[in-house]
Formats: sequence, C-alpha cells, structure tokens
Amino acid sequence: MDTVIASSGASGPAPAEAAPLVALRSVSKRFGNGTLAVRDVDLDLAAGEFVSLLGPSGCGKSTLLRMIAGLGAPSAGTIDWPGRDEAGTGQRRELGFVFQDSTLMPWANALANVMLPLTLKKVARSEAQARAAEMLALVGLAGFEKSYPRELSGGMKMRVSIARALVMRPRILLMDEPFAALDEITRHRLNNDLLALWQRERFTAVFVTHSVFESVYLSQRIVVMAARPGRVMADLPVDAPYPRNELFRTSGEYAHLCRIASGKLEEAIGA
Amino acid sequence: MSPPDDTMARTSAAAEALPVPVETRLFGLPTGIWPRILAPLVIGALVLGLWEFAVRWNDVPPYVLPGPLLVGRTLVADWASLSASLWVTLRITFLALAAAVVIGVALAVLFSQSKWLEMALLPYAIVLQVTPIVAIAPLIIIWANDIDLSLLICAWIVAFFPILSNTILGLSAADHNLVNLFELYGASRWQTLRYLRLPAALPYFLAGLKVSGGLALIGAVVAEFVAGTGGSASGLAYRILEAGYQLKIPRVFAALAMISLSGVAIFLATSLVSHLLLRRWHESAIRREN
Repeated sequence: MDTVIASSGASGPAPAEAAPLVALRSVSKRFGNGTLAVRDVDLDLAAGEFVSLLGPSGCGKSTLLRMIAGLGAPSAGTIDWPGRDEAGTGQRRELGFVFQDSTLMPWANALANVMLPLTLKKVARSEAQARAAEMLALVGLAGFEKSYPRELSGGMKMRVSIARALVMRPRILLMDEPFAALDEITRHRLNNDLLALWQRERFTAVFVTHSVFESVYLSQRIVVMAARPGRVMADLPVDAPYPRNELFRTSGEYAHLCRIASGKLEEAIGA
Repeated sequence: MSPPDDTMARTSAAAEALPVPVETRLFGLPTGIWPRILAPLVIGALVLGLWEFAVRWNDVPPYVLPGPLLVGRTLVADWASLSASLWVTLRITFLALAAAVVIGVALAVLFSQSKWLEMALLPYAIVLQVTPIVAIAPLIIIWANDIDLSLLICAWIVAFFPILSNTILGLSAADHNLVNLFELYGASRWQTLRYLRLPAALPYFLAGLKVSGGLALIGAVVAEFVAGTGGSASGLAYRILEAGYQLKIPRVFAALAMISLSGVAIFLATSLVSHLLLRRWHESAIRREN
C-alpha cells in the first residue's frame, strides 16, 4: 500500500486531468477569541470522490467542513469551485449538509422536513411533495412520511436528515460526524446505505469522522488532520473496490488499511 | 436501498402477540384523568364544609363572613345582575388579551428583526410592566376620556408583557444548526421567520399566553376598582364595591367566586389551546410511557 504524506503546499491525489470540484488554498481560520482552528490547509476535492476528514477532536475538521459549505469565511486563503458549471449563485443549491445531530424541525413531519430545501427554493408544492416522498423512499423510510421526529428512532431521524440533504440532488454532500451518536449496528447499516446512495447519485462526499474504521470502510481517500492548530498531516488513498460490504469489513486488506490509517492518526495526535 | 433494520417496525408478528395495554374509560373520559378532576374537588368540598361549619358553630353574622351555602344562594338569586356584570368584565378581559397577543407578538417579531429596536424599546416595555397599575389607572382614565377604552388599556398593560418577553425568548431559541441550514439554502429573512423562528417560538408564546390570560382578568378588575363606574354597564369590580358599601357581604363573595371561576376557566382554556397545538411534537405535551 502506497501512502502519500502531504507536505504543506502539496495538492492531494485528485486526478490531474480534470479540474477539482473544490480547491482550498492556504486556508486558515482564526476565531474571535484568538484560537487558530485551521492553519494553512491545501486540499482538492475531485468531483464524485468520497473523502473522509479524520482527526482527533479540536483538529478543525468541522470548521473546515463549515467553511466549504460557506458557513463562515476563512480568515486567510481561498476556497474556489473551479469544477462548477456556472459561476456565482449556483454554489449553495448544489450543496447538502448533514449535522452530527439530525437537526430536524420537531414541529414538522418527515415529509415536510425533507421538503424544506425545496420549499425555500419556492418549488411548487405538489412537485416538492413528490420529490421529497421519493427521497424518503430512497433512504428506506417509505410509509413514514407523516411521522414526526419524536416518533422516529435516532437512526431514522438521521435518514430523514440525509434525505433532506440529498433532495436538491446536490453535487457535493458534506457530513459532520453524522453517525457518531448512533449505536454500532445502526451505524453499520447507515454506512452501507450511504455508500449505496453515493454510488447511485454520484455526488462528491466529504465525511468528517474521528473513527478510523468508519473512514477506511467508506472512503476512497482519508485526509488525516492534527489538532492545535488544525492542519493536514497525511493524505491516504484507500485502494479497495466498491461495493464494499461485510466481506470487506472482515478482510485482511481492511485490517491492513486500518493499521496504516491508525498509525497516521497516532502520529497526528503525537505531533 | 434495503429497508432499514433500525426502523421501529410498526407491527410484527411478535409484537402483535403481546397484549396491548387498553386505555380504559369511565363516563367517556380516560380513567387516568379522573384523579386530576376529583382531587381538587374533594379538597374544595372539604374546605367549604369546614368553612360552613365554622361559621355556624361560632354564630358569625353574614355581614362579617357568610357561609358558602349563603354565598351560593346569593349567587343564584342575584344571577341576573351579576352575570351581566361578569359579561362586561370578561369582554374587557378578552379584548385586552387579544390586544396583548397582537401587539406583544408584533413587537417581539420587530425586535427579532432589529437588535437596535429591541435595545431602544425593551427598557420602556419593562418600565410599563413594573409600574403599579393602580397608580397610573386614574391618569389613563383622564387621558383616554372613555371608560371602556381606559379599562382596556389598563388590562392590556398588565397582560402584554409575559407574551412579549416569552415570544422574544422563543424567537431566539431556534436550533443554531437549523439557523445555519436555512442560511445554507439562502432562505430570506421572511422565510426564516415563517418556517423556523415562529414555529420554534410557539411553545414559549403559549406559556406566556397562559400567564397573560389570568393577568388580563386581574388588570380588568383592578382598573374597574379604580374607575368605579356606575350604571348598567358596570363590571364585577363595581358590583363588589357597591355591595361592600351596602354591607351585602354575601353578594361580595358571590362576585368574588365568579371572578375566581372565570380565572380558572381562562387558565383551562389556554392550557387546552396549548395542548392541542403542541401535542404532536413538543416535550411538554407528550405523555411518556416508561
């Protein structure tokens, strides 16, 4: 297994022939209280790839994700979208975001929650309902349209949240430790279903996690980050074919990849 | 995508075999409700019984303290004049409550859109709230130059603050991540208000409404006391003053009982509205089965 350690300023292993979807150049973020959350990050995200940001808490991976989403501008550096078709206004609607918490509106049922992005874009109600229902079915929640969030389990709420993020058919899906609060069994099922959705919808996935196993299982590429200040330590390719399943999870290859990623994470924590 | 295992299956063969706890009913109401109704009634009956007994045992004259039976008889005998006054007082109460809701919510929404307006105006709303209504009622009566209008203004002043402060709190209580999400989708101010801030504020507003309902009644009664209007269109407070001067103490108590029962009825009504609006989603309205 070949690993690439990204030194400051080196770009990731995105295919050179196509322009990246998102290009971060020397991105830093300093909060109002003086904390340097992110320092000098260079990162390319290729269209259609599945990337994990792996690191200990406080390494700025969530801050980085939020900046890519446009929630808070970087203090220094640039975030460009060279791979985007039309310039300017298109960026936001092409983006889906999933928070660690399902972040549903408790007063609205599952269908209305998934409809939210369409409602805000003033899509006709009947069309919005049809598209939201279709998306709910796609995440395995057909028949639960009228259920309120409090009537759903944690895993189901996360499914609604993913459906809401995907209902606009975004080019890129940003996920901030979405399954961290779920139990192991539910997390495995959601990992598999997320991969199936990714293969079907062909969006770019950026997945923030602190779990080595989750990042290896899901991604094509793992960006390992270190804390205080948050920076990129390593950029590991995960050369295993999809679809991945329980066979992959129990294979020697998976164990080997986990050992490498784990080693890099240890280095990052020690650094 | 496969059907998820983590979903709570609505029915399964195993679940169907288990006995489902059946909600039993008594006289049309769930059995669990009855203690909530009966317990206060038993306490009330006990206190009234003791009161009646004490009055009779000590031979207390009715102009000092009438027994509850005498108060009840007076209530029935004077029902025609007292109920007309009750209606006058309740009309002021409900108009004041409606004005409190409209102006309180409108101001809260305005404040949520402009921090400058909130900083500039909120202190004066607080001044209005802490000023004793008894002290300024005479002035309001002079300025308004219309008894009904001045009573309405007094009751409104007392009633509107809980709605204002609770709604302000509710409008800023929306989940931070949801606010971010709305920002991400480029929601306008109006959309954020309509789809996020107003629904998030609803439980807070309703809590304010419960308090304001009672306060509107108190405000109306206090203002009537100060105004002391006579004639056919007088409210219950004037009936109390009038009966007091004539030493018709049982009538005073009958009017007081009407005010108390109205207060209880208003509280129950606002609680019912709150329950109906929140029962599907808010923690406060959900019965937990452990």
